[in-house]
Amino acid sequence: MAPRNTEADTPRSEVLRLAPEAALTLESGATIAPLQIAYQTYGRLDAARANAVLICHALTGDQHVANIHPVTGKPGWWTSMVGPGRPIDTDRFFVICANVIGGCMGSSGPASTDPATGEPYGTAFPVVTISDMVRAQARLVDHLGIETLLAVVGGSMGGMQVLAWASLFPERVFAAMPIASAAKHTAQNIAFHEVGRQAVMADPDWRRGRYMLEGTRPVKGLSVARMAAHITYLSEPALQRKFGRKLQDRDAPTFSFDADFQVESYLRHQGITFVERFDANSYLYLTRAMDYFDLAADNGGSLAAAFRGTGTRFCLISFTSDWLFPTADSRQIVHALNAAGASVSFVEIESDKGHDAFLLEEPNLFATASGFLDAAARARGVAEAGR
Amino acid sequence: MTGPEHGILPLVRADHRLVAGMVAAGARVLDVGCGDGALLDFLARAKAVDARGIELSREGVAACVARGLAVIQGDADADLFDYPDDCFDYVILSQTLQATRRPKVVLEQMLRIGRNAIVSFPNFGHWRIRGHLLLHGRMPVTENLPDTWYDTPNIHFCTIRDFVALAGALDARIMRAEALDAAGRPVGVRMPWWFWNLMAEQGIFWLARGK
Repeated sequence: MAPRNTEADTPRSEVLRLAPEAALTLESGATIAPLQIAYQTYGRLDAARANAVLICHALTGDQHVANIHPVTGKPGWWTSMVGPGRPIDTDRFFVICANVIGGCMGSSGPASTDPATGEPYGTAFPVVTISDMVRAQARLVDHLGIETLLAVVGGSMGGMQVLAWASLFPERVFAAMPIASAAKHTAQNIAFHEVGRQAVMADPDWRRGRYMLEGTRPVKGLSVARMAAHITYLSEPALQRKFGRKLQDRDAPTFSFDADFQVESYLRHQGITFVERFDANSYLYLTRAMDYFDLAADNGGSLAAAFRGTGTRFCLISFTSDWLFPTADSRQIVHALNAAGASVSFVEIESDKGHDAFLLEEPNLFATASGFLDAAARARGVAEAGR
Repeated sequence: MTGPEHGILPLVRADHRLVAGMVAAGARVLDVGCGDGALLDFLARAKAVDARGIELSREGVAACVARGLAVIQGDADADLFDYPDDCFDYVILSQTLQATRRPKVVLEQMLRIGRNAIVSFPNFGHWRIRGHLLLHGRMPVTENLPDTWYDTPNIHFCTIRDFVALAGALDARIMRAEALDAAGRPVGVRMPWWFWNLMAEQGIFWLARGK
């Protein structure tokens, strides 16, 4: 039998295990009990409990933002943004990041053990939404004794959570920074996700989601899903610059279906490394959560209504070459926030790196993020770093 | 033109001081083409306004965000349409009118989303500009307007009298007008338009909706 995913039940991370009575009721009406949330924190909470910054991770991210990842042994996924002296300065802020519910790194998800059966939930795990993720995080923030977060920050699916936080708990969010995100998932994005899910479910080793019990793993399906998705995170110019039509370790085409081109080899590598750390069922659940996200629909069809009367200050950031969450998506949010009379800033950053730009070394991203967070911290009376 | 700090108070541009004099304390203000946010920052400090801005350049927006101002990247010609009616008390267009593609539409939009509009602009009727064109027969290049005609962002110059005529065409009331010389000093008070049109390097107009 394949080994159980031990990170799902006993993560190498901080863990909040709530009592079965403190069940989380989901948007679908289903409940998760007991609720488990795995998280990491960096820095110290100040005496006024005013310097907490919550980071919301993207689809394939996790709570290991700025520490060595326990499974891959690689640095955290946002060390360029989070750390001492970084824009989200851990010498100044108390930084929290929780694995989303539906994930596979220690928060309740399909790889977790269902206490009712003693077996992994698999597809018996209830479908979760972005709002459900946020309500679970709110439990953690309660547990940490924080009433109002200085800032909630995230990119892509993380940005969706930021928007949901600001809409559901406006009084608990002093500042919100959604990056490369959108208030709804478009038809095109749902379509890409469906291709990924079908790849997973077409793998005979998926076993209707019961692969953990049957000792198999749908690695081929999940890696194809990752390969297809990875293309959408890049841009044509970035692929051209990085790979062009260059061949991989050979001088001429082999007239076979080997990975002749460097770009093929790169994508295969992305697929293979992904399946080592990610649960296939989680991929189904989290892509679904993004598909269901439509903040305007949740507010009677009006995006502005989602933010009416908000006192939160917003800063939105998009990237010129991001075609998955294009600038127009961010502008739509900006217009709604303006209509709601909210305090909003918006910058479109020049980059040819596509959607992934938010995870990369982008000096203009860092300058805007640190400027915005510093201004928010000053407005809230948070002390400077390194006193 | 922004100078170093003198004692506690930073040196504030003359036109910014005059604009501040037209804005009521605590008002909701949108500065269209707000640059690095110097005017908005001054208004927020001196008049405790709820300060918002639109700026074309990313560098400008980043500077504003770092000052704690709420500024979105956008431009006057395209983005004013997205604001609801009456959402501001004042909409300011500081030294930007001449760089817009459709100045009349921009002014109309300003007076739709705000009850008041404050516009400052270089006066193309100034005697030095007239003299330059008259003597050299070429498009004027001055200290305040240093760009040559082919690479200037200023595509719609006007004179003070042109602006007064436009305000009339828009059914806007001129609540107050100020004229400044090259050094930023006021050019007389209660002078006829023709005098300002000749002597002022820039005009600052406070318009309100309706005659």
